[in-house]
Amino acid sequence: MDRNTTIAIIVAIIATAVFGGSDIVALIRNPDGYDGPAMVPATLLLIFLLALAAFTVGRAKSVSAAGGHLENLHSRPAYHGLYAMLWVAIAGFGTFVVMDALGLSYVTSLMGEELAAQLKAGGREMLQIEQNLVLQDARRIAEGRVASAVDPLREYLAATFAEIDGTRVVAVCAASLGMAVLAFFMTFAKIGVAFRARNSSERILRTILLMAAGIAILTTVGILLSLIGETLNFTIGVLDWRIDKFLFGTTWSPLSGVHSGDMDPDKVGAVPLFVGTFMITIIAMLVAVPVGLFAAIYLSDFASKSVRAWAKPMLEILAGIPTVVYGFFAAITVAPAIRDAGAWMGVDVAAQSALAAGVVMGVMIIPFISSLSDDVINAVPQSLRDGSYGLGATKAETIRQVVLPAALPGIVSAVLLGISRAVGETMIVVMAAGQGANLTINPLEEVTTVTVQIVMLILGDTDAATAAGPAYTLGFTLFVITLALNLVALRIVRKYREAYD
Amino acid sequence: MDQTTDIKIVSRDVHVYYGENEAIKGVSLEIEDNTVTAFIGPSGCGKSTFLRCLNRMNDTIDVCRVTGDIELDGHDIYAREIDPVQLRARVGMVFQKPNPFPKSIYDNVAYGPRIHGLADSKADLDAIVEHSLRRAAIWDEVKDRLDAPGTGLSGGQQQRLCIARAIATAPEVLLMDEPCSALDPIATAQVEELIHELRENYAVVIVTHSMQQAARVSQKTAFFHLGLVLEYDETGKIFTNPDHEKTQQYITGRFG
Ligand SMILES: Nc1ncnc2c1ncn2[C@@H]1O[C@H](COP(=O)(O)OP(=O)(O)OP(=O)(O)O)[C@@H](O)[C@H]1O
Ligand SMILES: [Mg+2]
Repeated sequence: MDRNTTIAIIVAIIATAVFGGSDIVALIRNPDGYDGPAMVPATLLLIFLLALAAFTVGRAKSVSAAGGHLENLHSRPAYHGLYAMLWVAIAGFGTFVVMDALGLSYVTSLMGEELAAQLKAGGREMLQIEQNLVLQDARRIAEGRVASAVDPLREYLAATFAEIDGTRVVAVCAASLGMAVLAFFMTFAKIGVAFRARNSSERILRTILLMAAGIAILTTVGILLSLIGETLNFTIGVLDWRIDKFLFGTTWSPLSGVHSGDMDPDKVGAVPLFVGTFMITIIAMLVAVPVGLFAAIYLSDFASKSVRAWAKPMLEILAGIPTVVYGFFAAITVAPAIRDAGAWMGVDVAAQSALAAGVVMGVMIIPFISSLSDDVINAVPQSLRDGSYGLGATKAETIRQVVLPAALPGIVSAVLLGISRAVGETMIVVMAAGQGANLTINPLEEVTTVTVQIVMLILGDTDAATAAGPAYTLGFTLFVITLALNLVALRIVRKYREAYD
Repeated sequence: MDQTTDIKIVSRDVHVYYGENEAIKGVSLEIEDNTVTAFIGPSGCGKSTFLRCLNRMNDTIDVCRVTGDIELDGHDIYAREIDPVQLRARVGMVFQKPNPFPKSIYDNVAYGPRIHGLADSKADLDAIVEHSLRRAAIWDEVKDRLDAPGTGLSGGQQQRLCIARAIATAPEVLLMDEPCSALDPIATAQVEELIHELRENYAVVIVTHSMQQAARVSQKTAFFHLGLVLEYDETGKIFTNPDHEKTQQYITGRFG
């Protein structure tokens, strides 16, 4: 099987899996108990087979068109096959996805009308929310799932839904199969000696890649826009443009007034959160930078090859530990230990403290600093070290006066990346730093951070729309901070790369 | 000029191994003080390896192992009580590729004197830096920008800066591994001029691939071949009337 065939089959499989995902997964998981429309997986499978057939047939046609002189073909046979296959897959799966989505929204609106008609006939009134619930239940009943309630109206609607939806499924399947078959014949007709199948299929593949990149970019832009939108909402609606109240206010208790009415702009001062965030970040960096840097120096300049071979992966395993594990480690082991140590020395330490969270976060960040610093220290040319040794410098002098200054930009950017991780870290602080927004710079007290407050706002029992304002605004501020840190770090790294290239 | 030709470095039956691979297979040489000694020979024959034995730079290579005796002023440099760091302060080295530190020109030159505590005052240090840069024939080019980074100089200037850096440590022996391979003819001429002057104070050992250069700057020449010194004699003799057929072939470019 050549490369193109492999690509073709992989593309087809992925397409089938993505577009027919839920049904196929359900079918695979539970072949006997599958109660969705069996027509859907069957159709998708057919399209898949048709695409494979298009590949084989297309290739065969190009070979026979060449009449034994393959060198006459503009494109190698596999490209003809690939071209046919891609079009069949796109036509089939594409139609399926589009029709499926359109059909579903059409069915939903039909059901809405049906419900309205039923209500009118029965002379009943119903809130929109309740109507939605009823429709949802009807659908659940039709699909054999558990509904919130069962009554004649719902059962009637369920029957209607099953009927309309059955038609929709048939229509969607027929249309997509039809399109696939059409594509099969159209591409088949095109294949010939002069046909530039390679260029065409490469164009298609390029478009697919472009779409993948586009999805990633659009998602980012979408998230960013919604962040900015909600932040603006909050800035206008609650703060009335008094951004200073958010940025410089010292009282954080955004939900204290919501039950009696509006959010109080004097109680959304984020200073305690940022102070807490920065204090924990500083503690974390006090742990991570020296340890990480020294580890990197040891690994790059002192460790023998064999030690390095196992020590470096070990450090990197540290980076693979989920932060939630660090979190409960901090809360269950480190925080009480610090408190006991404090009690022993006669110092009063809170059960949850900035110190505990910061220290554990520092441990979490060690591998980032050490691994990145190790890379940049290794990138310092051996010739510089030799130059220093050749002048009679010791290893320590060489490292301190030549290697570290040369690697400094890279180390700085490693530290900046570490800081941006610390600022954005959530799990550890949620568990180990506390929730009270008290403004303090005492690391032994309970503090809270930006990320913790976002979690509290979103998970709290306040209505999401109300809580979203301050949460989004905090998130946006955090985003700006980490983005700035990352940009500075990247710029430094880039500059540093140029220095030795 | 009346030159005392004391023996500065003696090597006896030196073998160097990189892991299993024997790169130097028994070299015995006497290197004279106040003399420029050239190492010539085909690529990979072990010139650099042997040169690096003379200031124990090979210690920095994990797999490298040296046997035999090398004496500097009659003292075994591989003896237990010898600190390679101190040795390298006495036996300086200039590398094939210019390798200025990413520091200012001044700090590059001051690096050695600082770590060895050669200067008592700032004025002292200034004097050492200026003297070294003058000797390396680069003072006039850089005297107005001593604070500029050394890496910003041209390749030839960088190499002369590295030479200045090596001189500033006041070594007794200067080892140069193809110091001119990155330089243009003018810079090469300047460096050769410099080597010529250095001879008054130092023993200079230079590895070169240029026969003309070896003939121009050196008084003694050693011809290396496959980890052995096939011939070691007065430069004039090597280039006019070599004893060994291989040497003859090499210097006339008919090697093969
Ligand atoms: N760091 C090292 N590790 C392993 N083998 C090495 C190392 N350095 C040199 N060698 C080997 O030792 C032999 C001699 O190398 P050396 O660098 O001394 O040659 P050279 O005469 O200086 O060559 P050139 O003229 O190309 O610089 C070569 O076979 C080389 O492969
Ligand atoms: Mg060499």
